[in-house]
Amino acid sequence: MARAVTTRRKIATTVLAWAIGLLIFFPIFWTILTSFKTEAQAINNPPLFWGFDFTLENYAVVQERSDYMRFLWNSVIIAGGSTILGILVAVPAAWSMAFVPSRRTKDILLWMLSTKMLPAVGVLYPISLIFVEFNLLDTRGGLILVLMLINLPIIVWMLYTYFREIPAEILEAARMDGATLKAEILYVLTPMAIPGIASTLLLNFILAWNEAFWTLNLTAASAAPLTAFIASYSSPEGLFFAKLSAASTMAIAPILILGWFSQKQLVRGLTFGAVK
Amino acid sequence: MGRITLDKVRKAFGDVEVIPPLDLTIEDGEFVVFVGPSGCGKSTLLRLIAGLEDVSDGQIRIDGKDATAVPPAKRGLAMVFQSYALYPHMSVRKNIAFPLRMAGLDKAEQDRRVAAAAEVLNLTDYLDRRPGQLSGGQRQRVAIGRAIVREPAAFLFDEPLSNLDAALRVGMRLEISELHKRLKTTMIYVTHDQVEAMTMADKIVVLRAGHIEQVGSPLDLYRAPRNLFVAGFIGSPKMNLIGGAVAAGHDATTIGIRPEHISVSAEAGDWKGIVGLSEHLGSDTFFHVTCEGIDGPLTVRVGGEVALDYGQTVWLSPDPAQIHRFDQNGLRIA
Repeated sequence: MARAVTTRRKIATTVLAWAIGLLIFFPIFWTILTSFKTEAQAINNPPLFWGFDFTLENYAVVQERSDYMRFLWNSVIIAGGSTILGILVAVPAAWSMAFVPSRRTKDILLWMLSTKMLPAVGVLYPISLIFVEFNLLDTRGGLILVLMLINLPIIVWMLYTYFREIPAEILEAARMDGATLKAEILYVLTPMAIPGIASTLLLNFILAWNEAFWTLNLTAASAAPLTAFIASYSSPEGLFFAKLSAASTMAIAPILILGWFSQKQLVRGLTFGAVK
Repeated sequence: MGRITLDKVRKAFGDVEVIPPLDLTIEDGEFVVFVGPSGCGKSTLLRLIAGLEDVSDGQIRIDGKDATAVPPAKRGLAMVFQSYALYPHMSVRKNIAFPLRMAGLDKAEQDRRVAAAAEVLNLTDYLDRRPGQLSGGQRQRVAIGRAIVREPAAFLFDEPLSNLDAALRVGMRLEISELHKRLKTTMIYVTHDQVEAMTMADKIVVLRAGHIEQVGSPLDLYRAPRNLFVAGFIGSPKMNLIGGAVAAGHDATTIGIRPEHISVSAEAGDWKGIVGLSEHLGSDTFFHVTCEGIDGPLTVRVGGEVALDYGQTVWLSPDPAQIHRFDQNGLRIA
């Protein structure tokens, strides 16, 4: 009897999980589907799931009208640059919090995280002014810096939780073996934390890739990443829905593929080191 | 060289003083064991010498030079940790070579020294394995190998055998003693196991609550414990401590007599008692005997296999030359 209940429960949870998964995936699926319709069919009522004229015209037009590769390249540089810079800053910070904590360490960590609760628009004005002052508007360097700062609390938190799993005695052993602080972090801590660092890199790359508020507000043309590429196809009247869908599909494709291939690391990253 | 001097060394964590000002000299080439119950500050003392903890007050000198503010990496000491603390991502070879790599030795010299250490420690066949693929004893040997390759001024051992099973522990104990005989380098060894202390040490430092209770050779401590704490801590089974009228008869508040210094007779003796539990070890037999006029059972050691019945009446006689006398402060009366 007990076995029957378990099997039934298993089926129920599986069905439920798939239902939730499909529900979450639906907007993406719809976007991809719409990108292959004509503009007229894209806004057809009732919505068309099948029986529309499959076309690649939207992709051709989007490709013709704007330089996809330039936006893609900007996205790669900005997301990659801000993530790598963030890791370089966060590793020493997380090291000190995990291995030489003070009475204030927990407070500092919480305070750092609390900055994520602030609506970004609250600091739009000061940051814009700083950007104007230092000629950073519409530069990739400026965006790398801002996105790094935005994601830094998450990077530090993630690395901190991973580092805490590493026994302090191993680092002390390195110190006894004559390792300088740099050697200790480079040859002992980092190799041991590689899985954690990889998840952190990945998750933050995705966060930076998808970041739209700052990338849209602080760029115009030369540093504009894929988020701006999508935005350039949205119009208040809801016209060119198919083309917008094509642009969106092109923008999310690289990160979707990256995420697909690194699911395991990503899950580890999202659970913040709780799962070993 | 490895002469280590602690001069009024004090350690406090916040308001809690774990080690009150303490003086100690460890001579070059000595095997010194810090022993005491858990929480007595022995590991903290070792970590102060290592430099892994900062000294709150006082001075630590290594070979006459002030090392109080010198970081651990520059003290020239090697340490073996209780958890082994091997680098899990490196092969055994790389683990052992790590201190040499940090010291900037060339590759050929590194290989030569690693090979020599592996030879001594029977690790030659395991050099390309990861620590995770080794047994506890092998891991401990890798940790020792990592310590010996760099030819340190002194070795620090922090309860290195407590994660091993009993049989392996005895074997490793002999290996470490053997190593000391061969290298003649200063070794400081922390343990809570008084058997390890007695068997390995040239000099034992008995600690309690950060205080040094007594310093001396194992037999000094065995023969003449300075106070009740040392008397009870050194020796296995524990020394019998007797108060009351019996002690008063010897002009003392407490007297101590070791289990091996009491003889048992079925006919006559000083103290009449009833036999309780017996422990048969083969080589020895321990009896727990409850005597008239004495609180708590006394432990008696008899060599070889001897059988006494539970509840049997016996007579015990302490060897008068082996009675330790202590005053009302617990200090030894000479």
